[in-house]
Amino acid sequence: MTPLGYLDAAGQRAHIILPLTWLTIAISLLVCVVIAVLLWLGVRRARSSGGAAETRATAVTGGRSGVRWIGMGIAISGVPLLIALVWTMVALAEASGPPADPGLTLDITAHQWWWEVHYDAAQPDQTFTTANEIHIPVGQRVLVRLHGGDVIHSFWVPKLTGKTDTIPGQTNLSWMEADRPGRYRGQCTEYCGWQHAHMAFEVVAEPPAQFQRWRAQQLQPAPAPTTPEQTRGRSLVVYRCGACHRVGGTLAGALAGPDLTHVMSRSTIAAGTLPTGPGTLAEWIEAPQALKPGNLMPNQGLSAQQLTDALAYLETLK
Amino acid sequence: MRQPDYRTPHIGIDSVEHQSRLLELWEGEGGLKGFLGTVDHKKIGIRYIVTALILLVFGGLEALIMRLQLAGPNGTLLNPEQYDQLFSTHGMTMIFLYALPILSGFSNYLWPLVLGGRDMAFPRLNAFSYWIYLFSAIFLYVGFLTGNGPNDGWFNYVPYASRDYNPGLNEDFYSLGMIFLGISVTAGAANFIVTAFRTRAPGMSLNRLPMIIWGTLTANAANLVVIPAVSLAFFLLWMDRQYGTHFFDTSGNGQPLLWQHLFWIFGHPWVYAIVLPAMSFVSDGLPVFCRRPLVGYPYVALSTVATMILGFGVWVHHMFATGLPGLGMSFFSAASFVIVLPSAVAVFAWLATIWLGRPVITTAFLYFSSMILMFVIGGVSGFMTAAVPTDWQLTDTYFVVAHIHYVLIGINVFPVLGAVYYWFPKMSGKLMDERLGRWNFWITFIGFNLAFLPMHLTGLFGMPRRVYTYADGMGWDTLNLITTIGSFVLAVGVLLFVINVLKSLKSGAPAGPNPWDAPGLEWSTPSPPPPYNFAVIPTVASRTPLWENRLGESGVVSSVDRGMLLSQGKESIGSSAVDAEPDMILHMPEDSVAPFLLAIGATVLFVGMLLKVWFVIGIGVVLIALGTLLWLWPRRDLREREPVHG
Amino acid sequence: MAEPQLSPDVIVAAPRDLQVGPVGRHGLGYWGVGTLIATEAALFSYLLFSYYYTGATAPVGGWVIEPHPALKLALPNTILLLLSSLVAWIGERGVLERKRAQALIGLGGALLMGIAFAIIQTFEWQAKPFKLGASSYSSLYFVTTGFHELHVFVGLLVLAAVFAWTALDYFSPRRNLTVSAGVLYWHFVDVIWLFVFFTYYLTPYMGFGT
Repeated sequence: MTPLGYLDAAGQRAHIILPLTWLTIAISLLVCVVIAVLLWLGVRRARSSGGAAETRATAVTGGRSGVRWIGMGIAISGVPLLIALVWTMVALAEASGPPADPGLTLDITAHQWWWEVHYDAAQPDQTFTTANEIHIPVGQRVLVRLHGGDVIHSFWVPKLTGKTDTIPGQTNLSWMEADRPGRYRGQCTEYCGWQHAHMAFEVVAEPPAQFQRWRAQQLQPAPAPTTPEQTRGRSLVVYRCGACHRVGGTLAGALAGPDLTHVMSRSTIAAGTLPTGPGTLAEWIEAPQALKPGNLMPNQGLSAQQLTDALAYLETLK
Repeated sequence: MRQPDYRTPHIGIDSVEHQSRLLELWEGEGGLKGFLGTVDHKKIGIRYIVTALILLVFGGLEALIMRLQLAGPNGTLLNPEQYDQLFSTHGMTMIFLYALPILSGFSNYLWPLVLGGRDMAFPRLNAFSYWIYLFSAIFLYVGFLTGNGPNDGWFNYVPYASRDYNPGLNEDFYSLGMIFLGISVTAGAANFIVTAFRTRAPGMSLNRLPMIIWGTLTANAANLVVIPAVSLAFFLLWMDRQYGTHFFDTSGNGQPLLWQHLFWIFGHPWVYAIVLPAMSFVSDGLPVFCRRPLVGYPYVALSTVATMILGFGVWVHHMFATGLPGLGMSFFSAASFVIVLPSAVAVFAWLATIWLGRPVITTAFLYFSSMILMFVIGGVSGFMTAAVPTDWQLTDTYFVVAHIHYVLIGINVFPVLGAVYYWFPKMSGKLMDERLGRWNFWITFIGFNLAFLPMHLTGLFGMPRRVYTYADGMGWDTLNLITTIGSFVLAVGVLLFVINVLKSLKSGAPAGPNPWDAPGLEWSTPSPPPPYNFAVIPTVASRTPLWENRLGESGVVSSVDRGMLLSQGKESIGSSAVDAEPDMILHMPEDSVAPFLLAIGATVLFVGMLLKVWFVIGIGVVLIALGTLLWLWPRRDLREREPVHG
Repeated sequence: MAEPQLSPDVIVAAPRDLQVGPVGRHGLGYWGVGTLIATEAALFSYLLFSYYYTGATAPVGGWVIEPHPALKLALPNTILLLLSSLVAWIGERGVLERKRAQALIGLGGALLMGIAFAIIQTFEWQAKPFKLGASSYSSLYFVTTGFHELHVFVGLLVLAAVFAWTALDYFSPRRNLTVSAGVLYWHFVDVIWLFVFFTYYLTPYMGFGT
């Protein structure tokens, strides 16, 4: 089980890359074995072992020129090299170009240490923003526009696509197309500071109908509270959490942290650090610095009642 | 009496009177002045080697602590800030404070001896480059030891390195420290280039140069023109951080990728600079233990230069994930494939030398021959990253970490360890312990491969670089544990090496001038050599002067017993660039504290810049100006000015 | 001690009439200054690379703050610097030909012209409509011309030292490597300025970055 391994592919772009990877692995192993055998056989010819005395005792020989061995070695090495070179150019051309007619376009901005994911659409009221969990329809090419937020990060979902950096001042393009449903792990792969190790995300590939349902749900604002606890919780969340987070349909509209409108619909919190659930959410809110030291959310210092109320409301944000 | 401006050197043979005259001329002063002011390339070389080995141990300890943290998932030994400073300092230490200086140390010690000369072209500059190296290493480590070590990796990308995201002194220590160190490397490069072209024994034409000259010269010619790129990058970063400029920050139309281009334009040639000289140690040493000259000498020499030249044209392969246009990436990818070929020339030459020779297994031989396989393993993982789409998966994972350690340990550390076993007898007059050497070798070899071979898999399974911890269930747990165990075994191997060095210094068997019956000129001097190296200047007629009578090649024979005496002052021979025709008598400087004082001045300057205190900067500048004036003041004994008319 | 019997195949180099120490430009120090020039030239190449790369990848339009950089001071100043190299060369020839007056006037004249260049450069900086921290363009302008000015300062110290040592009669037609090396450094400072001037003052007129 290797969630971040790339020796198996579940997406079109990864499928283009994988055969080249296997080719170069095969060539590499072959070369290592051949050289190891040549070295072993050569060293085995040694007739003595020891130190200075044994070295002096073995007579110096002019030996044969041996240059043709170099020539042969280079000539033979050239063949797999050329094959790999040509294959690389072909694969690069195929894997590069962003799709001309993508079924879906995402604008992803990488922050220290979470992923802001904006779903683009033809009509403005069909767009929305979420965080850290990306849903895509199976079998459709998705254009990913990568925007630099603060420092350089790198967007990587090994089973679907190779790495592309997010760099401030420019927009980089990537694409992915899942060929079967599944949950595919991604992780930031450009060192970006203290919590680089905990900046994961997930790409959930779903059948198109299921994707549309998810999308419709994401467009909904937060539901109104139905219990007194939830009401108190909403006020608290808007007042406190709203300093950095947005909850659609309330006055909490800050963009410094992940959008929380549908936080409970995501399988993890804190960019893949913890599974979502009331227990972990409570732990996180109370002491984010203990779980992800250095991240930009300070410990909240809530009283027990405040925490209960906040959780009551947050759990409605599905 | 006025000395003549032109002179025909006396030719003669060695004698006791001649030796004592030379000793009087060349023996440096004792005491503090001698210690601070020595210009003897052998003493300076040993200082470089010892300092670099100490830094190797520091870097290794940093690695061991990291490996303890990473031995299992969710490690709690280190917090992220500590881990980040450790991995950055480890990289900085190994790549900048160990990998090049160790090679410079060997080259400093050996070059005049293998060239048949009495010192480097610029002995005072040599001393200066060591002091700057030492002081810049101390400067950088003061940062680390006060909790202000570099924390953005050894290649230090912006914007994370900028003041907005990294407000502490960490990046200022690193930036200024690297500019400081760059001065040492540049001074050394100038010295090596001029020495190689102008101070060779008569007859040592380009096609007779020992490989250590080819390797080190190539590396230093490259360093001379690429160090300014990294020094500039760090200077611009320091300006952005401290003086509000906008080279890299987008809020002022700056360009973050400019950092990467400047850094890698330096960085890629640098990684060749830290392996090509070590490869040349193998090219000089391995044939001795195969009892025959190197196969394909001209091809190995040319391929060294070709590798370096191609090495200038591949830097973008460190940037394949940054969103560059496909055409540009194709070019750099192709160049990164092509560069495999000249590198492979050396591999086949070494294999052929073993096959067509009479190998004798000694510890040095084991290091020199095993590196061939590790070179190839490191080489193929590099070949894999040249394939751009595959690189998009491999880059920034532990696969690259495996690659860099195979190439650095395989093509730098192993040759260095072999070089110690090979040349230790010349430097100390004693042999190292062979039995302990075998233990040292095998434990090091096993430990290294146990640590880093599985790391290829760790990378293929997706573990990113530079993570202070990782979750369980990723498929990385066992692999990381094996790597940690291997790293400790490797550490034991290094410990045995250090023990062998110390033990042999104390009680090693006497070596004599040529314990290995090796062919190079250095083996015609006593062990250790006297301060003047050669009592008479040799005349060279082949690549393997001391083997000529055995190889049965017809034609002229080198002369080591009879030659120019050059004893009318502290003299050595200067020669023409290509054919090494003697064309001038060089007067070499006496011991001088000017280089040390200048290095102190430079330290004051850099400390002043770190603390941003103009007064201290001013003192540093004044010290530097005075030190330089003192150093460059035209001297009569060096024939830089006319004697007073009389 | 009897000389060993030598085989007739042994060659022993026995050169005649070798110069002792440097004569004219033939000496290690000239190569040394050559390596210094190589590394410093590389430094300026990277500075100019930074300019062209940042300009080429900047958002479209108006990266160069002054689309028509003022040449009123810069052009005469450039000519002054070029002439100072000529004057320095004349001074160097004076040393080589043992013409003391020519040597001192040449070296001293170059020194004065260099000082004038440096001063005019600072006036130019003050007259610029932008400051160091305005943008990447201004940062590059001041740091590049600043590095050049720094090299000019060092060159002035070199010229002053060489002038003083010439005045003290240190040199002769034979022993003068210090003078040649110092003047070579001054020529280098001059040539670098041509590249800097072309990049910062002329390419905007040609449309780069505007």
